[in-house]
Order: sequence, then structure tokens, then C-alpha cells
Amino acid sequence: MNITTSEVYERGTSLWQDAWIRLRKNKMAVAGGITLIVITLLCVLVPFLSPYDYEQQDLLLGASAPSTQHWLGTDVFGRDLLTRILFGGRISLLVGVIATSVALIIGVTWGAIAGYAGGRVDAFMMRFVDIVYALPFMIFVVLLMVIFGRNLFLLFLVIGAVEWLTMARIVRSQVQSLKQLEFIEAAISLGLSSWTIIRRHLIPNAIGPVIVYTTLTIPSVMLLEAFISFLGLGIQPPQSSWGSLIADGVETMEEFPWLLIFPGLALSVTLFALNFLGDGLRDALDVRGAKD
Amino acid sequence: MALLEVSNLSISFHTRHGVTKAIDNVSFSLEQGQTLGIVGESGSGKSVCCYSLLGLIPTPPGRIDSGTAFFAGQDLLNSSEEQLRQLRGNKIAMIFQDPMTSLNPFLRIGEQMIEPLIYHRNSNRRDARKQAIALLEEVGIRNPQRTYNCYPHEFSGGMRQRVMIAMALIAEPQLLIADEPTTALDVTVQKQILELINQLRLKRNLSVIFISHDLGVVADVADQVLVMNAGRMVEQGTTRSLFNHPEAEYTRKLLAAIPRGNKPTANRATVQTLLSVTELTTRFKTYHQGKQDELIAVNKVSFNLQRGEILGLVGESGSGKSTLGRSLLNLIPPSSGSVIFAGEELVGKNQHAMKPWRRRMQMIFQDPYASLNPRMTIYDALAEPLLLHGITTKKNLEQHVLHLMDDVGLARAYVRKYPHEFSGGQRQRIAIGRAIATKPEFVVADEPVSALDVTIQKQILELLLNLVEQHNLTMLFISHDLAVVRYLCDRIMVMRQGQLIEIAGTEILWNSPTHEYTKTLLSSSSTALG
Repeated sequence: MNITTSEVYERGTSLWQDAWIRLRKNKMAVAGGITLIVITLLCVLVPFLSPYDYEQQDLLLGASAPSTQHWLGTDVFGRDLLTRILFGGRISLLVGVIATSVALIIGVTWGAIAGYAGGRVDAFMMRFVDIVYALPFMIFVVLLMVIFGRNLFLLFLVIGAVEWLTMARIVRSQVQSLKQLEFIEAAISLGLSSWTIIRRHLIPNAIGPVIVYTTLTIPSVMLLEAFISFLGLGIQPPQSSWGSLIADGVETMEEFPWLLIFPGLALSVTLFALNFLGDGLRDALDVRGAKD
Repeated sequence: MALLEVSNLSISFHTRHGVTKAIDNVSFSLEQGQTLGIVGESGSGKSVCCYSLLGLIPTPPGRIDSGTAFFAGQDLLNSSEEQLRQLRGNKIAMIFQDPMTSLNPFLRIGEQMIEPLIYHRNSNRRDARKQAIALLEEVGIRNPQRTYNCYPHEFSGGMRQRVMIAMALIAEPQLLIADEPTTALDVTVQKQILELINQLRLKRNLSVIFISHDLGVVADVADQVLVMNAGRMVEQGTTRSLFNHPEAEYTRKLLAAIPRGNKPTANRATVQTLLSVTELTTRFKTYHQGKQDELIAVNKVSFNLQRGEILGLVGESGSGKSTLGRSLLNLIPPSSGSVIFAGEELVGKNQHAMKPWRRRMQMIFQDPYASLNPRMTIYDALAEPLLLHGITTKKNLEQHVLHLMDDVGLARAYVRKYPHEFSGGQRQRIAIGRAIATKPEFVVADEPVSALDVTIQKQILELLLNLVEQHNLTMLFISHDLAVVRYLCDRIMVMRQGQLIEIAGTEILWNSPTHEYTKTLLSSSSTALG
């Protein structure tokens, strides 16, 4: 038969394009994605949207319940809560994205190399992971903060540098079981280099658990940031993050419950959206498309 | 009245993807002391049919649409779960395919064996133990007292299957359902197990349903045969009449697909030696209870392979045949010896130094479900070797890939699909396409048809013969199936426990084997159909 090829099949769909097509069909994932985009846009554009400043106090007003002037009320210093939540979102989202990316890049690379190389390389790399695991996290943070001074980006890096450990273990165990399969042997017998095999054949097949764990890492990273800030090592008032707003809200939760409820809500909605998007991504990237 | 009477049984599966008819109007009956063989390819419904009788089909998604099934007068399809449980392992027992996974690894063999006695017969442990030991002896296990207290991992596959049979028989069932009981076993072991089942059947007046994809095995053991295809009964009859005078088109096709006879094409071996192997040895380090030990998988193997030749390599599991194949390609580095390929020593080359040689020697794997990356389209899988070895340019890549599809007999339209969208046979074609993409001179095929149904197997064998001719390939064909090897190969080597014990031209070896082991192997594999 002499038909030209492009008539016969749809051309040039890569794994990612296919995934995108599948993702768009998943309503929950799309809703999650849109929610995240809206929240991010609001946080970025808040200086232009809000008539208030995050540090502008109104001590006469004090803590006030939601009203037409202050949609989500004000905190004990009379600062507009909505504005503070949106400014806080900038820090929290940034921490979430940067620290998780750091964890993702280091963890996946480290785990894949250890799992694929096996033997002594693996043993050495994983003992290193064990040692870092065993270091008390807070001492590690305090040490770094003392040496390098308090710095927002350093904070992100520090958190990322702790969170990659579990990622590395997950990827390593995935790779270890994948490399037993014949398609890896086939790749070796084709003459592919180890790095190409890891990049093209192993990591794409380990991506499901990685995505799931990533969506779990983002919230834990946001909470870590709150904890560090609470200890006075992270961001300082009058700056805010969702974590620090929640920590403040807890102190006054009996008198002014909205100070806890609204920051908590912002965090929960974001995490929900992330989870739906993560689930959708995992399914979309599974070419078998099996959902049951 | 027959012991088991099944009539007009229809079963369907209701899933979100729609309704699938798994069993469509199947009827059969089985007399006391008889053996019914149910034959069919994968997906023909032969297992579903028997499992449904014992209520072992999950419902939903499964649903019994119509039909009746009576076992010794009891209505199986309208029995409660409790009534069925009284039957299972008691009046009706089962043996499964994989003896490696159907025993609980954490329980001693004796404990597992006496379970049915304790549940169904309310026996006390001492009597049960006595009975179990007697039965272990009956199924041919040496030193049954000791075996009683062993764990499953201490036994080989054949021994485990014996234990499974003893376990199935302990409650003295009237009906034994054996689902592919010898498929996972070596041929010599298979023969012993078949003989054992037959002996026990005669001695105990047992009825047996023997489910298998292997017509040869069924011809050996069954009185009656039922052929199934896509959930339907194709043909039913006594073994003799069905195999001698098959009526249905499908049965004839199945019988014709069994490889038999010698190689249909001429021997293409030339005088030029392509591969010369001397004293090749591959050892593995093993750790047993903290002590380091060495396993010699391939032990001082020497042979030559002529350009254009197809050399068969047979042996049972653990004989080192796969390790040898991989050692030749340096996928498992050999410990010592020499492999000279086209004048160049390969032993001692590292993966990087091997790269230019990889282009010239390729491998086809056994399991078409594991040998393709599930996240790569067929296009990408075939394009990878072409680009890696610079065989084609980006511009001509597409044409090149499509030609490969033609070569292995796949429709061009499928090229952007993922492996899971293909059947086992089609996947094996893709894997073959990937192996010949680099235009290799030498291909190692490691059991490439063992995981396939018999009709598909035939097609793949034809394809391989074709490709060998078209592309001037030299091939090492590894298999446990002697009939397949005879059909395909010019010469055969036999391996046992890492050693090469015999090598000869196919028909010479077939007709006058010199080594005792080769004789055993040949006699085990020749069946009623051979």
C-alpha cells in the first residue's frame, strides 16, 4: 500500500502532549488547576487589588469581625486579614514551589542513580541519606541560619535539603524493581548509556509515586516554614505567611475565631486543589489510562 | 448419572468498559473416574468456566447469566457461599498453575496440608499428620516425615507441585480441577507430574478436569476433550476422535499450529565462523545464611557459530542457557574464557567499549509484556536504536521506522500506540523490530515464543525464519521446547547444570542422541502428537 504516513496516524504526540489531553478530560484536576492559578494570581496582584497594606495598623479598630470594609475582618492590630492572607500566600506558595522543586530534583536524581548503579555506589549514597535523616532537623536549620544569616531563599533551600531524603528512597526502590524488567536489559543491549537509560526509561516509569509524594511534600513544606518562623528563624512580623497567620490565629482562637478560620481555609483550599491536580497528573501520565 | 453435569452455562463480566461475554452457552459432563481436558488459548474462558463452578468468580463484575451445574446432584450455581465452602477443598479440589506462588511461604508444608482435614473433617492433628505423611509418600516425596516440617522455599518447582497435589487430595475429593498444573515446569518434571496425576486418578477413581493451553499434554492425559475459543465451545469429543479427525476449523488450526517436523527452510550456514566461544565461564556470587558462595551458571562452554546458522540452545530451568546467551552479549559479564565475535575479543570490554558492537549483536526477550517500555510509543521504541547508532537521519527516520513495521508485519497505522494497546504476539513483533532495527549480524533470542499462544507462536516462528533469510541473520535460539527448536534450528546444543553436554545437527541429535540426558529430554517431550 502506498499511503503516505501522515494520513494514517496523528503525528507528533509526545508523552506530555498525551498527558495534557488526558488531564483536560479530568474535571476535578482541571478545577484544582484553575483554583491554584486563581490563588496564585490573587497573591501576586494583591498590592494592586487591595486598598490596605499588610503592615498598616489600625489600633483603634483592633480585632474586628468580617465587615463590608474588611471582608475577612482584621487582626488584633487592626490589619486587614484578607490582605495579610494574600501577602502570606506569596511566601507560602513560594516556599512550597521552590523547596519542593529542590527536593524533587535532588531526590529523584539521587535515588535514580543509587537504584540503577546498585552495589557499593548504592550503599554509599543511601548511607549518606541515612546520616542526614538522623541529624536533628532543627539543629541543622539553626546551624545553617547562624552560619549564613537569616535569608528567605536560604530557608527554602534548607527545607528542600531535608525533604529530598524520602523522595530519594521512593525513587530508588521504584528504580530497583524497574531495572529487573527486560526493557531495561533491552535498552542496555541497544547500547544506550546509563544516563540515557535512567532519563528515558527509568524516571518516566517511576513518575506516578513521585507525583503523589510531591503533592504530599508541598503541604508539609508549608507547615515546616510555619514552624521555623514560629521559632523566630524564618520570616518575621510584620511579614506573614499562612503558617505564621495560623500560628497567630491559634493564640486568639477563642475570642477571634476568624483569625484562625480564614488562613486555615486558604491553606486547606490550596492543598485540596493540589491533591486533585496531583491525582489527575498521575492518571494522565499513566499511558495505560486505567482508572479502576 | 454423571458426576458433574454442566449445561448451557453463560457468564458475562460487567465493567465500566461494557459487557464482555466470558462464557457463552457451554455444556459438558464428566463421569466418575474420567478425565476431561479443556483446551483453549489465553482468554478463551477455560479457567473462568471451572472457577465459576466453585463460586470463585468475583460477582460483580462477573455474572452468571444462565445455565445449570450439578455436582453429584447438588446445584452448584444456586448453592450458598457456606455450601460451596463445604465443597471446596473437600469434595472438589484444585491445583493451580504456579507452584511457586500457590503455597503460603510462611507456613510449614504440613500445616498447609492438614488444613482441609481440620476444617472439613474435624480430624485431630495427630491423625491428620499421619494421613499427610502417607500422602506425601504417595506423591513421591522422599523422606516425608522431614518434609512435613519444611517450608515451601526449600523445594523445587516440581516438588512443590507434588506437594500441591498431595494437598488437593488430602480430603479425598471426588473431583480434581487442575488449572495448567504443568505449564511452569520443565519437560522432564512435567512428564513425571502427568504420570502421577494419572496414577492417582486410577487408584482413587478420581474425576479430573485438566485445563491447559497445551494440546500435546491434554492428548496425553484426557479421555474427553473440550476445545474452547472466545468463550464458546468449539468442539467436544473423545480424545482419540478429536485429535485424529478434528471437525471444527478452529481445532484444525490449533493442531496445525503445533510445531512438528524438521526445519522447512534450507540450512544457510556458511563456512565463515562468526562467533567463537572458548571455555566461557560465568559465576555469580550468592549469599546463603551469611556465607558467601559461588554459583557457576555457565561452566567452560566452548562452541562455534557459523555465519547464517540458527543454533538452538535447549535445557531446563537453571541449566544456564539464558546466562550463556547474555554472557555472549556481555549483558552479564563473563568471569573467564573468550568470546570472539567477527575477529574481536568481547570478554573484558566494558559497557562503553561495547557500544559499537551492540549495533551488530542484538537480543529478543521472552516476556513481551516486560520487554517494552510502557511509556514509549512504538515509534519511539523503534526510533531509539536507529538514532542512537546513527543508522538514519532525522529526516528519514519516519520512513525507516515504517519500513521496520512492515518487516515485522505490523500495520503502519499502529505506530503511535503504546505497548499496552497490543496483544502479546504483536508486542513480540515490536520487540523483534527493535532488535533488527540496527541491522545486526547476530541475534540472541531467549525463549521468544514461550509466553505466546500456539497459533501466535507459529506466526512468530515463521516471522523469525523469514527475517533470518531477508536480513542474513545468525541466531542463537534459546528454548525449553524441543519441538520448536527442531522446527527452527540447524544445530542444537543441550545444556545441563551450566555445562554443554551435547551439540549436533538437529536431525542427527533428534534421531540418535548420544548423551543419556538428551535421550531423557527427548522422550519426555514427545507426546501422543509428536
